[in-house]
Amino acid sequence: MIVQGLAFYLFAFITVAAGLMVISVRNPVHSVLFLILAFFNSAGLFILLGAEFLAMILIVVYVGAVAVLFMFVVMMLDISFVELRQGFLQYLPIGALVGLVMLVELLVVVGGWTLTPETTKGGTAPTPAPDLVSNTHALGELLYTHYIYLFQAAGLILLVAMIGAIVLTHRRREGVRRQRIGDQVNRPARETVTVRDVETGKGI
Amino acid sequence: MLEIGLSHYLTVAAILFALGIFGIFLNRKNVIIILMSVELMLLAVNINLVAFSAHLHDLVGQIFAMFVLTVAAAEAAIGLAILVVYFRNRGSIAVEDINMMKG
Repeated sequence: MIVQGLAFYLFAFITVAAGLMVISVRNPVHSVLFLILAFFNSAGLFILLGAEFLAMILIVVYVGAVAVLFMFVVMMLDISFVELRQGFLQYLPIGALVGLVMLVELLVVVGGWTLTPETTKGGTAPTPAPDLVSNTHALGELLYTHYIYLFQAAGLILLVAMIGAIVLTHRRREGVRRQRIGDQVNRPARETVTVRDVETGKGI
Repeated sequence: MLEIGLSHYLTVAAILFALGIFGIFLNRKNVIIILMSVELMLLAVNINLVAFSAHLHDLVGQIFAMFVLTVAAAEAAIGLAILVVYFRNRGSIAVEDINMMKG
């Protein structure tokens, strides 16, 4: 119990500190690195909550794909980030005010909630005991039966995102020698092969 | 103090969410940091969903968190693609330059 509590405070503290660094450091590359740290530690929080599969998915999807994508874009764009930070302090008071109001409201909600007894009984899909069925197995059984249409829709969303990203960023550049397969296939034989009558002993 | 309950996780998620909002206001000019702040807010939402799922012994929360993750990945991909195209056309990513549509 003590180990669990200490682990929670460790993960929670590092997550929040990394989140703070994401929005406040000067260099966007460092910002992405702190984002990765925040994702790793919230994966730790997920493991403490017993959601191992989501923790691993968080690392694979967020750290392995999204954060690396951010890193690519930050490094690819040739921008002076110093200019973008002008007015940083100008927006600090209003931002701090809105953030603080939001935080206080959320904490009031967190401090004041109660659950009706019916809700705690397990809902529509009660979690099986972890020593009988693993988290991944249980999630799969639920996802591929009751939520199969939503699962397919999520796949479609990813497909649309992939096609959209390719269509948006693809461009045709001038002056590139590329293979035109249509032209090659449509080329008639009479244009390519000429039959010559070569005199004996002279060559062409 | 070391007994960790639901409200501990909800507090962490609330702080992360507030940090995301704070980041959007703080980095008003830099779209990349704004996108990262949105990712932080989505992460806070996911922590909330998983915490409730664990507390109520209901797996649906984790399923929903997975869909949130999917949509977040798609959103990041499309957002960064738009950002790259915009930078190619205008040579800057400052938010106040994005006014071609006069919105």
